[in-house]
Amino acid sequence: MKRIIADCGPGPLEKLEAGEMLYLSGTVMACRDRAHRRMAELLSSGMPLPFDPRGAALFYAAPTPAPPGRVCGALGPTTSLRMDPFTLPLVAAGVRMFIGKGPRTPQVTSSLAAAGAVYLAAAGGTAALGGGCVDSCEVAAWEDLGSEALYKIVLRDYPVFVALDLHGGNLFEMRMRK
Amino acid sequence: MIGCALKQGDRVRFLEARAVSEAVASMCVEACTRPSEGLRALLVKAMSASPMGPGRSALDLCLRNLDETVSTGLPICQDTGIAVVFAERGNRLVIEGGSLREAVDRGVEKGYREGRLRNSLVNDPLNRTPLPVNSPAIIHLSEVPGDSLTLELLVKGAGSENASASAMLPPLAGEDGITCFVRDAVLAKAACACPPLFLGVGLGGNQEMCGILSKKALLRPFGTPGETPAQKRLEERILAAVNETGIGPQGFGGPVTALEVRVELAPCHMASLPVAVCIECHAHRTARRVL
Repeated sequence: MKRIIADCGPGPLEKLEAGEMLYLSGTVMACRDRAHRRMAELLSSGMPLPFDPRGAALFYAAPTPAPPGRVCGALGPTTSLRMDPFTLPLVAAGVRMFIGKGPRTPQVTSSLAAAGAVYLAAAGGTAALGGGCVDSCEVAAWEDLGSEALYKIVLRDYPVFVALDLHGGNLFEMRMRK
Repeated sequence: MIGCALKQGDRVRFLEARAVSEAVASMCVEACTRPSEGLRALLVKAMSASPMGPGRSALDLCLRNLDETVSTGLPICQDTGIAVVFAERGNRLVIEGGSLREAVDRGVEKGYREGRLRNSLVNDPLNRTPLPVNSPAIIHLSEVPGDSLTLELLVKGAGSENASASAMLPPLAGEDGITCFVRDAVLAKAACACPPLFLGVGLGGNQEMCGILSKKALLRPFGTPGETPAQKRLEERILAAVNETGIGPQGFGGPVTALEVRVELAPCHMASLPVAVCIECHAHRTARRVL
């Protein structure tokens, strides 16, 4: 069982290969469409984000409310493609890992590796499993966005697949080459 | 809505709106947190047809997720969606203490609140302020003879709904044209829709009716082909064409992109061939009650 830490720095990211399954642990910032728009507005006006983007991991997700006695409800990825218009400025700001589901636009696909950023695909619709891989979950900012708020989540052994690695490997193209 | 006239002497039955709300609330929780047996069997079959690799590993996670849902009570998917309700009301049934709309919406609100399901609605598509409740539900009401109320719930997430498509094809496009349209819709967006998929295909009616038919098709129980040989043949043909794409589970590649295809037909104008494909993820969530 291969493990990786979300904010691990460049060394471990180099070793990832598209198609392999990993268990992801550590801190991720969970955000969806409207949080992305706010991040893009802050970056374009030179304002700081509510978290340090250098070396950070973004998870395209929003959990269900936590039941009593649990730190988090169900948790899983939303469609990454919708975040693509906002992704490259976040890479420029230092984000080095993205977690979501499904393929990316050609522009994002071709830009991540050169910047040293990877994209990991989680299995959509497996959120009871995902909710069990959470050590902590809290709203970090923008509570007014409801389920689209920015969350800080600490994962423990969350299963993901390397979709875009640092060497040009693309999980979603592997099937086409077959 | 198709009406059924009440005749003199027909006995009327009264049903409290609160009973409808209670039923809807429990249906929302049940659909989101109790995987059906039929789903597990389909995923197991898909796994046995898949070679080793990320696609097969993704199917394994889908199965492990069903176990986790059963043991923890957590929702199968964090996108607990929009509640789509098909209601058939008997013509001799009167709902007391509120309209059916109010009764269903109060039930959805209660189910999402007490079941700790995620609210995902915004007030309107332009302003996009989050709503504090997960209503209004989308309700399709029809009137039938009798004095009962049949409620069917489909919990529909956005990942799969966003991949759905409809078109007005040339009237003589036939099976070839329809199969091509569905396959192209799957190729365009289905990798983002959490395959392996269920595909509801609505044919005929008109522009809005084919969409409703495509939703209704998804309510058919697992393993039930269409009633007519033509439906069954088209279902098999579309399933083969979609699985031929190799998109596979989660878009990771493999021979199983869709688990089932269900085609529903309705009469249409001689000059039209309305078609809609409602794309549904593997986390297919439904519930049914007869009151």
